[in-house]
Amino acid sequence: MGNFDKKIDRFLEIFIEQNGYVTVLEGLKNTLTIAIVGLIIGILIGTLIATVRVLPKYKLLPRVLNGICSFYVELFRGTPMVVQLLIFYYVLFPIMGIKMDGVEVSMMVFGLNSGAYISEIMRSGIQSVDIGQMEGGRSVGLSFGTTMMKIVIPQAVKNILPTLGNEFIALIKETSVVSFVGAADLYKAFNVIGSNSYEFMVPYIVMALIYIVLVLIISFAIRLMERSLGKSDRRN
Amino acid sequence: MIDVINLRKSFGNIEVLKGIDITINKGDIVAVIGASGSGKSTFLRCLNCMEDPTGGSIMFRGVDIADMKVDINEHRQHMGMVFQHFNLFNNKTVLQNIMLAPVHVRCKALKKWNKENPDNQKTKKDIKTEEKERAMALLKRIGLEEKADAYPSTLSGGQKQRIAIIRSLAMNPDVILFDEPTSALDPEMVGEVLELMKELANEGMTMVVVTHEMGFAKEVANRVVFIDEGVIKEENEPREFFENPKDPRLQDFLAKVL
Ligand SMILES: Nc1ncnc2c1ncn2[C@@H]1O[C@H](COP(=O)(O)OP(=O)(O)OP(=O)(O)O)[C@@H](O)[C@H]1O
Ligand SMILES: [Mg+2]
Repeated sequence: MGNFDKKIDRFLEIFIEQNGYVTVLEGLKNTLTIAIVGLIIGILIGTLIATVRVLPKYKLLPRVLNGICSFYVELFRGTPMVVQLLIFYYVLFPIMGIKMDGVEVSMMVFGLNSGAYISEIMRSGIQSVDIGQMEGGRSVGLSFGTTMMKIVIPQAVKNILPTLGNEFIALIKETSVVSFVGAADLYKAFNVIGSNSYEFMVPYIVMALIYIVLVLIISFAIRLMERSLGKSDRRN
Repeated sequence: MIDVINLRKSFGNIEVLKGIDITINKGDIVAVIGASGSGKSTFLRCLNCMEDPTGGSIMFRGVDIADMKVDINEHRQHMGMVFQHFNLFNNKTVLQNIMLAPVHVRCKALKKWNKENPDNQKTKKDIKTEEKERAMALLKRIGLEEKADAYPSTLSGGQKQRIAIIRSLAMNPDVILFDEPTSALDPEMVGEVLELMKELANEGMTMVVVTHEMGFAKEVANRVVFIDEGVIKEENEPREFFENPKDPRLQDFLAKVL
């Protein structure tokens, strides 16, 4: 194992003395920003799409909107994230003359992508809320939108919180492809350290550990949140 | 107060209501009875367009609310509804359940209010305080003020239904529609709900009540309506209705339920 000890020494040297940790922190920051901003955009888009999809369908406008939303969802679920990143970064934005750096493009594409997935999650969440909740709200004169926002969606979110948590975890893991568009995420940081030391074994092990710790922390946070949201379910 | 003219409702190609005509006057307590599946709920739910009628009109506050162009939300604020399964908001406390709609509606109309009442300016906070007081007064009336901060899931069925009733009362409606308000309750809780409904009736509230409680229909209602085969087969004041039914199907029905 002497060989492995040497590798660890080499890694620590770069990580601590040659400021490798700064690169890693920077990467961690980008990874988290992309995943968090992506999730927030995704929840907004997803909720909007899910709401359109549960709208009563006998008027023309909801039907047209519904068609657009299905197309959107199929499009983003039907292609890999990397492809979407590449298309936006190298094709769409240059054509449209939009200048965005890799991290910004990644946040946006992650948002658009997770919006498609979250819309399906949110739709099943909304459908799991008893129809009587909507009727209760409408019966006192609240609009569809107000009832949705104040009554139905909060309950839907509570029901899908574990699934949303999984989506966030999936997003964190998927950020490892953003270096394709030049964003310096966690993977990129360890890759840099590896290249500098001509040694990838230890950097990649540490990287894996960091991902696992991130995921564990998030899982824990979700469980805490679920418990505090469960208030209205329990008898006092 | 409500003029129902030739009301029709189909689900797909099943016609449930085949032309209902009835005028509900201020202060009326109308009990609606009929066999299971005869369309009582459908009739009631058409009155506030919870189900959109497929034909006919419902005149309320001077407009035909069956017309898809009217702002139904505004009219529903004046027409309360109480459901068999309460439909309290599960994510809100009892107090929030009662305050939510009045606060929302008044806050939305705040600008207009402040323009029209230059010497009685209000803020959203004022409205909340006022509505909280009103909600607490309503809770006190039914003896549940200590439940103000409880969630619906912690209440008994009778408590839930009484809160659902004062939730609709909080909007100061002109009329309240009840769809079998006691059917989902344990027998020992039916009394407290009927008692509250009787109180409202005595105070002059206009009520339309779909019910299996013939006792309530006899004692409290001033009109009883029998819905059968998609139309109103018989309508009368309760004594005549129960002692002297004319329609043979109603005679059958009463023989079965009494
Ligand atoms: N949303 C719906 N879609 C299709 N059919 C419906 C719908 N709602 C009611 N119906 C049908 O309409 C008929 C009348 O139903 P409704 O609920 O009005 O009866 P009801 O008199 O209230 O019965 P009950 O005493 O059992 O409550 C029934 O045959 C029912 O199956
Ligand atoms: Mg019914």
